[in-house]
Amino acid sequence: MELVNIEGTPKTPTISLNSETGTIEIKGRSIPENSIEFYKPIVDWLDEYAKAPKEKTVVSIQLEYFNTSSSKCILDVFKKLENLKKGKNDVVINWYYEEDDEDMLEAGEDYESIIKIPFKMIEIVD
Amino acid sequence: MSHPTFFDLDKHFTQIHSEGEPIFAYRGAITTDFINNTLFLVEAKLDDLIDHGSTRKKVYNVLVESLQNLFHHVDSPASIVNTNGSFGLFLLSRIDSGFKVYTGNFVLNERIDGIREKLEKINSLTREELKDFYKFVLNNQEFSAKGGGGLGLIDIARKTGTKLNYSFEPYDSSYCFFTFSVVIPEEEK
Repeated sequence: MELVNIEGTPKTPTISLNSETGTIEIKGRSIPENSIEFYKPIVDWLDEYAKAPKEKTVVSIQLEYFNTSSSKCILDVFKKLENLKKGKNDVVINWYYEEDDEDMLEAGEDYESIIKIPFKMIEIVD
Repeated sequence: MSHPTFFDLDKHFTQIHSEGEPIFAYRGAITTDFINNTLFLVEAKLDDLIDHGSTRKKVYNVLVESLQNLFHHVDSPASIVNTNGSFGLFLLSRIDSGFKVYTGNFVLNERIDGIREKLEKINSLTREELKDFYKFVLNNQEFSAKGGGGLGLIDIARKTGTKLNYSFEPYDSSYCFFTFSVVIPEEEK
């Protein structure tokens, strides 16, 4: 299956999707005006990945900013992961937030309470 | 005889400058290029102005949501528009208690009730209730390609912890001018 690497821009995050290692990384800023368009290839990749997933999938989300238009798309990504977990596959979600960024920590907690997969909250200290 | 215009846009733009110290002001077409350039310029200014990382992020977040709300939800009367159908005002000022983000745009009169209802609801909620409302809308509402189903305003209210200020100024028989502002309190270092 195809590996996906999308270079980040000032308004969209760096994306790395690797079906061989079972790792998913989203890093940077996610503030595009049209998030649905940006996230579609990622959601499509997850649908494909779910057909033959690794025993353990490790997801790392490290966002500096995301807008509310992205928030729904990110939830869609998490819902795909929730389905993987329901299918008895191990899913680990690492949610990174910068020191003192309580809003980003709270955003992670919001997602965690909706999708019912425990998040590992990781503070990035300068 | 032309119908009376109730709302003086020039006067209004001047008035909103009177509070605090303007950092960035704009009136004109709200395009993707405008948003990109504004975010780039303002972010550099905020780096200079604000030491506290958390306040800087809050201001930036409120800017993104406010500008994208303008981008997605503006209605414009034909008489005003030689701006690709998307006229708006935007102002960021430093005030005593922190920063104030101000936007203004025309909306069709028939949309007033819906917008007011949304804003009144958000302003009536406590911090915990806003969190629950945000999660409810996030998880249950279908989003269009346009925007986040009002999630932007809820997010602004959550991040600032302050009330959303707004007014609908009568303009003509079809349109009013919607003013919106919010204060991002500056945290101590």
